[in-house]
Amino acid sequence: MKNYRLTTVLAMAGIATLALTSCSGGNGDSSGGDENALTILDYHNNEPDKTLFQTALDNCATEIGVTIERETVPSKDLMQKVLQQSSSKTLPDVLMLDNPYVKEIAETGALAPLSDYDVDISGFAKGILEAATYEGEVYGLAPVVNTLGLFYNIDLLAAAGVEPPTTWDELKTAAAVLTTGDQYGIAFTANATYETSWQFLPFMWTNGGDETDLMSAPVEEALQLWVDLVESGSASKSVVNWAQTDVKDQFVAGKAAMMINGPWQIPGLMETPDVKWGTVQVPVNKVDQTPIAPLGGDVWTVPVTGDDAKQAQAAKFVECLTSDDENQLSLAEALYTVPTKTALVDEYVAKVPSMAAFAEQVANARSRTGKLGGDWPEAATVMYTAIQLALTGEASVQEAFTQASAG
Amino acid sequence: MSTTSNAIEESVGTAVSSPSGEATPRRGTLPRRSHTGRFTRETVTKVLFIVPAGLFLVLFFGYPVVKNITMSLQDYTTKTFFTGEAPWIGLANYATVLGSQLFTPALLNTVLFTIGSILGQFVIGLALAAFFKRRFPLNNLLRSLLLLPWLLPLIVASATWRSILDQDSGILNQFLGSVGIIQEPIPWLTSPDVALIAVIIVNIWIGIPFNVAILYGGLQDIPEELYEAGALDGATGWKAFRHITWPNLRPVVSVVLLLGVVYTIKVLDIILGLTNGGPANATQTLSTRSYQESFVNFEFGVGSAYSNVLILVSLLFAIIYLRANRRAVDE
Repeated sequence: MKNYRLTTVLAMAGIATLALTSCSGGNGDSSGGDENALTILDYHNNEPDKTLFQTALDNCATEIGVTIERETVPSKDLMQKVLQQSSSKTLPDVLMLDNPYVKEIAETGALAPLSDYDVDISGFAKGILEAATYEGEVYGLAPVVNTLGLFYNIDLLAAAGVEPPTTWDELKTAAAVLTTGDQYGIAFTANATYETSWQFLPFMWTNGGDETDLMSAPVEEALQLWVDLVESGSASKSVVNWAQTDVKDQFVAGKAAMMINGPWQIPGLMETPDVKWGTVQVPVNKVDQTPIAPLGGDVWTVPVTGDDAKQAQAAKFVECLTSDDENQLSLAEALYTVPTKTALVDEYVAKVPSMAAFAEQVANARSRTGKLGGDWPEAATVMYTAIQLALTGEASVQEAFTQASAG
Repeated sequence: MSTTSNAIEESVGTAVSSPSGEATPRRGTLPRRSHTGRFTRETVTKVLFIVPAGLFLVLFFGYPVVKNITMSLQDYTTKTFFTGEAPWIGLANYATVLGSQLFTPALLNTVLFTIGSILGQFVIGLALAAFFKRRFPLNNLLRSLLLLPWLLPLIVASATWRSILDQDSGILNQFLGSVGIIQEPIPWLTSPDVALIAVIIVNIWIGIPFNVAILYGGLQDIPEELYEAGALDGATGWKAFRHITWPNLRPVVSVVLLLGVVYTIKVLDIILGLTNGGPANATQTLSTRSYQESFVNFEFGVGSAYSNVLILVSLLFAIIYLRANRRAVDE
């Protein structure tokens, strides 16, 4: 009797689920078997990026002769959406992922290697291929990438008679000189998120530090620089609660004369034309060091949906979107990002001179997951925790990483 | 619970037997044996009353709880979503949780956050409720304005508070500085020593409307005659509160406090919005740990182990609430 009741309940629950799904499945049958109807998922849900990508997607759809159905979600929801879809076997035909997550998703087996479909991967910057490579196979390509640089307020630097800094010493001096009244010399991100680890990377990598060995002298030196900037008052103590957007707001408000930030802030900066700014590469510790910046950017992949003909079309679509020279250049120009094909960089910088500082770095740039793959989030957590411990005086620079990695 | 089902039984019995022209049978004297057909119908009716509630509980409470417990015993990662495979690893996730350096601070912060929030919300809520019991112009308008924090989405509220509490340019420090209360700006969200207090203050602000609304209702229920009689015996002001208001308000108070604990212990959005658990883990609670393990690190097994610890603590308070409630009903 008990069992009978349980099965009844389960059956009813089943019927309820069926009823619910049949309501939402209205457009499902149209894209079911047709290999020329592709579904796309990405996180460019805000303007102007949404429309810019729509144009690029539409162009490729016409070129390959497919129809597309695109869905956009907010960036913070993308991974949860992807996980849901992979458990319900409803992954899209073309999927965009933030590059640090590509290896993690490739490891689950949800992505098809691009070599299965003879996608051309030549000419791409080493770092971005590295980000999308798992066990020797490339799983996705990015048309454009971004990285970090130092933005400076031209008027404030000129008034103080300061040149844009290129070394850490110059950075410290410049920041100190530029700190007056309620204006700080420099702003950067040190909140309790991965954004902080990302901002710390150019300092750490350029100085020879490595995420596989965080308890080392080069990493400590980089942390010491940040601690010095905050302790001397050249950077606000509030950095431990600022996201990169807050950093931009401080810079725009004239409360920070310089900032560490990325070119995706440029459209926002252009809304306040009276704040004149320039960019240089993130300063290096010693003059002979080569700046090594972290790579940011979205990688387009082909999920395993089980329909091979469709996956082949999807791979063609990804190839069109990411490796076509014209597409790379137009996206890069519109989005203030750098083309991933190193051969295009010179042509691009000639067109968009304000991107020079960023473009130069892409050739040497590294991906966050290049060495650690799926273990990167763990290292990134240790990094931002250590940075927060040191900046708030909870631990010395020497102890910070030991203490953070114990957690 | 038992009283309710008896009542249903009685009313069902009445409704079913009336049309046949019989005298309404008194409870317990239903001639069960001679009317077997009627009882199947009665049973069906009873079941139909219970099925929707049961189904709802199973689908929306039973399934998540069971899933959460099984998940906490599995190595449940991103891979699991695609392959469906999650190896059983026994209590390893719980060992990870209890062995983490962050567990004790997070537990302590959860306790401090809950006690601090509840205390603040309740005391201020009660004071405001007592204040609004008096009759004065604009009483109703002010009382409805007080509900505003409740209407505001928590994400909006925490974003606004984050700018209010900014160390350099936040309006709170500017205000405190200009009236001379503080000399140096207070590092609300940037010092590990102050951040938890700041988060508690914001949560108190959010919780006040709930406390005022319920306590104000409780105060309205206390008969005015008691105060009149008390006044004759010299019980006014504080004495009246102690000997008339407080004893009569006790049942409402226990409801407010226990619901408050259950709501507060799981607060997540406010902390994420204000500090994200920082600076230097100073505002990590069991719920932020659970969220970060599950949805930032994608270690769903460890995350659900954290939330099970949290559920266990909430359960403790839920039991206290149910017992206190039963006593109140029995009285």
